Amino acid sequence: MSEKVEKRNKLAIIAWSGTADKLYSVATLAGAAAAGGWEVEVFFTFWGLNAIRKEMLNAPPKTSADFAEHGPAVTEAMKQMNIPPWFEMLRQAKAMGKVKVYACSTTTEMFGIKDKSALADFVDDIVGAATYLERAKDAAITLFI
Amino acid sequence: MSIKPAKTLDTRGKFCPIPVMETAKAITLIGVGEVLEVLATDPAADPDIKAWAKRMGHEVVSAEKTPEGYLRILVKRLK
Repeated sequence: MSEKVEKRNKLAIIAWSGTADKLYSVATLAGAAAAGGWEVEVFFTFWGLNAIRKEMLNAPPKTSADFAEHGPAVTEAMKQMNIPPWFEMLRQAKAMGKVKVYACSTTTEMFGIKDKSALADFVDDIVGAATYLERAKDAAITLFI
Repeated sequence: MSIKPAKTLDTRGKFCPIPVMETAKAITLIGVGEVLEVLATDPAADPDIKAWAKRMGHEVVSAEKTPEGYLRILVKRLK
């Protein structure tokens, strides 16, 4: 039996990457969507999950290896432009709109994280792939970043 | 006749998506029918605030570049 799904103003992102250049895309889109009243679901897994461990939030931001030589220049330019850290933008997005943030259970275990207190305070819950699929199935926009 | 804004939001020096996020917050601080004045230097603020207003059901009354070179966008809160 096929179920008919009506798409809604919902943005569902799998945040797989752990480098700031990609996490900024996650936070920027989540922020713009939250401002526009969209529902947002962000599912952090693998290196994205690693990036939201509390101790990683205070560590120097990483850049994709392909562009590593530009990392310091980009970091410096962002400082000059007064751009807040990506996770601050995500936190602001959560404060203003319908934004839910999930952590992948398998990678949580893989990284030796015992519970969500070890993760950024904006994480709502630790869930699995089936939850993401269920929550993302009516999203008009789905992204893997 | 010039429109008198109920509030001014200065986002000059801030970049996408901050101007839109701050506009979304500021619009809740004025009454329905009142006008929010947004000042911006981010070139994306013009298309982005128009797209945001369309989505939220508000009206961009005007968007102009001032002689000083920044954007001045007037958004009327419609609901």
